[in-house]
Amino acid sequence: MQKFSAFLISLFLWFAPGFARAAVEIQHWTTPEGARVYFVPSDALPILDLQLDFAAGSAYDPADKASLASFTRRLIDAGAGSLDEDAIANRLADVGAQMGGGVDDDRASVSLRTLSSKTERDGALDLLVTLMHEPTFPEDVLVRERKRAVADLQEALTQPDTIASRRFTQAIYGDHPYGRLATEATIGAVGREDVVRFFRSHYTVDRMSISLVGDVTRQEAEAIASRIASGLPRSGGHDTIPPVALPAAADIRVPHPSAQAHVMIGMPGITREDADYYPLLIGNYVLGGGGFVSRLMDEVREKRGFAYSTYSYFAPQQQAGPFQIGLQTKGSQVSDALAVVDETVRTFIADGPTEAELTAAKDYTINGFGLRLDSNRKVLGYVSVIGFYRLPLDWLEQYPKAVASLTVEAVRDAFQRRVKPDHMVRVVVGGDGDTAHAAAPPATQ
Amino acid sequence: MKHGRVSVGLGLALLAGSLSLPAVANPFETTLENGLKVIVKEDRRAPSVVNMVWYRVGAIDEIDGSTGVAHVLEHMMFKGTDTLPAGEFNKRVAAMGGRDNAFTSQDYTAYFQQVPSDRIGDVIGLEADRMRHLNFSDAEFAKEIEVVKEERRLRTDDKPHSLVYEQLMATAFIAHPYRRPVIGWMTDLDRMSADDARNWYKTWYAPNNATVVVVGDVDHDAVFAQVRAAFGGFKAETLPARRTIVEPDQSGPRRSVVRAPAELPYVAMAWRAPTLRDVGKDRDVYALQVLAAVLDGHEGARIQKHIVRGSQVAVSAGAGFDGTSRGESVFIVDGTPSRGKTVADVEAALLAEIQAVQKDGVSPEELGRVKAQVIAGQVYKRDSLMGQAMEIGAMDAIGMSWKDDERMIEMLRSVTAEEVQSVAQRYFSDETLSVAVLEPLPVENKPRTRIAGARH
Repeated sequence: MQKFSAFLISLFLWFAPGFARAAVEIQHWTTPEGARVYFVPSDALPILDLQLDFAAGSAYDPADKASLASFTRRLIDAGAGSLDEDAIANRLADVGAQMGGGVDDDRASVSLRTLSSKTERDGALDLLVTLMHEPTFPEDVLVRERKRAVADLQEALTQPDTIASRRFTQAIYGDHPYGRLATEATIGAVGREDVVRFFRSHYTVDRMSISLVGDVTRQEAEAIASRIASGLPRSGGHDTIPPVALPAAADIRVPHPSAQAHVMIGMPGITREDADYYPLLIGNYVLGGGGFVSRLMDEVREKRGFAYSTYSYFAPQQQAGPFQIGLQTKGSQVSDALAVVDETVRTFIADGPTEAELTAAKDYTINGFGLRLDSNRKVLGYVSVIGFYRLPLDWLEQYPKAVASLTVEAVRDAFQRRVKPDHMVRVVVGGDGDTAHAAAPPATQ
Repeated sequence: MKHGRVSVGLGLALLAGSLSLPAVANPFETTLENGLKVIVKEDRRAPSVVNMVWYRVGAIDEIDGSTGVAHVLEHMMFKGTDTLPAGEFNKRVAAMGGRDNAFTSQDYTAYFQQVPSDRIGDVIGLEADRMRHLNFSDAEFAKEIEVVKEERRLRTDDKPHSLVYEQLMATAFIAHPYRRPVIGWMTDLDRMSADDARNWYKTWYAPNNATVVVVGDVDHDAVFAQVRAAFGGFKAETLPARRTIVEPDQSGPRRSVVRAPAELPYVAMAWRAPTLRDVGKDRDVYALQVLAAVLDGHEGARIQKHIVRGSQVAVSAGAGFDGTSRGESVFIVDGTPSRGKTVADVEAALLAEIQAVQKDGVSPEELGRVKAQVIAGQVYKRDSLMGQAMEIGAMDAIGMSWKDDERMIEMLRSVTAEEVQSVAQRYFSDETLSVAVLEPLPVENKPRTRIAGARH
């Protein structure tokens, strides 16, 4: 139904770094099998949310089989034990449970939401255990999913946002695993044996964290975690993601008959435990992360009406995730918009935020502490990140304190050291279909 | 972590209002003397609250030539009041630690903030201020209308499937206002003036055309008092009579084609369908909702099982029906053909699924599965303050009430296999069918080969 949604929603670029209220206390233990578990009990609603995260993201893809991680995750619920994919889907629906998850650069996630009442919960957990312990990875499903993936890719590659995003990723990461992109060839190269091997070597106890939020007791949570861990290999491959090298500056233009040009500017940014994490994230709130109140929004949209959406963000990952600035604007005004962005970024790096801007960023972050964790779903999101990346258990409590102590100088210094014009990549795709562009009179001056 | 826009879907979940605890009268509702309705749902799990103001005016109330004005005014609502400069609304909410935004649909326009619960009085005050004292300059309008045009380019003009949906609605409805896109035709946006937006505001933004919805860690009596203090002084206005526009009978299938840069064709089919007016009587609507869920309610549902996974005629396909709205309804199915298959193959496969229900009905297991999901959904939705506020507000804005929720769930659960078969037989004649098809245009300088070639 989503694609038929009649809503029009003004853009709100919601890129809040993680905050929480101090009241969320994470219980942590290691099961006898060696699995790390993170648990937040809550009996406010009769719901249990559970998430398994594995160091099995797309950065672990072999270069010539990019998409292997993604197929492995996708096929987990395609067959298990004596169940085929229809039986799995029906069992889930019968107990009203929902499965989710997916793959990003670092993680492969399997999440389950179920009612906490015994029949439903047991039914849902039994199914999850079967999927994780006895996946069958049927050949015919893999063949079909490869075809669908190729079709999706071919379609996406005609769309300017996908083209821009792929060119950007490739340009800032080069040969680093974060830069690996699925193509028809790499999709076609993924065989069943690859999937089986990848699952055995990456969906292992030592590469996993288990997060539980909701209506179970500690004892029940311990039993659930042990049960899941008991049927998985204890240890898997020792492959890790190498550090990221910074790219040379580049300016990439790709023609496309779209009305708007899609602009992406940036470079590799920060890791999860980066020393500059707080000054860069809070500084970025001022630059382009703060929804309607950022400098980019003010200069590009509010003052000039150049774009509906403009933003900047740091995505912290195991290794340096992207720092990205973006906007879309009609083809005929892309040069003007780029000039505004360049000047905004240059000024911000040179001078840093004003005292008033830094205060506003701190107010937003610290005052909004409680809102980031006002539902089980949101709590699960943070807990799973803390668990997977092995962040300190009191990370949520420390966050606002670290933010409160930031100075204008610290933010400016961090941006000057880390956001370097020498390494900035710029990608502009499309805008050639802008009729104003085509009809523009020749320049007279 | 991702930057993303707040997105909201209207599906089965939204059928249901809030699941109130049996012994507690929650939510709480009152109406001020000036007609402003206030609904408060106490949810004390976290020190967080959602404040929304819903105006019972949307694109459905527009007239030809000024399509998109409801949504443009929504943008202008952030552009200053008599006492608050442009942009200040967002800054105040951000300083509280909150987020805010707004959205416009065919049926309503709504504004929201999520803030720490001790700031509820402040955001109620901000909303009251802009209900009656909006004041934006021509210069602000001139910039913002360009932002809205960029929004249209981003969401519709450069998105082939959005163009198809827009065309499908324009084909299915000839007289009914749903034929016009919420964001408006670009040609109308090109000609819109600041006064068009101001007139819209003057006509529709009044306390007796709005509902305040508050969900979160608050006391309802305290909120009623805060709303009364902020809005109570406003006068009720005379609202224009709302004309009900009834789409005339259709007398044969309609087809429409969109050409746009794309790789794969795509087809969407819409049949005219009934809309829920009487919660206790309109059983066909509930039966059609169950039919949509049997076809595409979960991964094991028929369309996924048969068309995407079984015959593999389509790489993706779906079905959707809402049936709750101010205006009229359509039942939609859609799909993208696999390589070697055509739009005609996908149409035939989708039709075959409906014909199978017409002929053989649905199984008790399928029906049970739909109901199990509805029941679980009633619990899951209570996890989100925003979701609960959305549901209460949307129901109210289309002329129903959160009080109808339990009845609607009961009705849905009472749908029989025979009723599902019967609606499948009665509502899917090609007499009331409209089809829109995407014909892919080649993308010049095809970047695909370049990207593949540049791979390491």
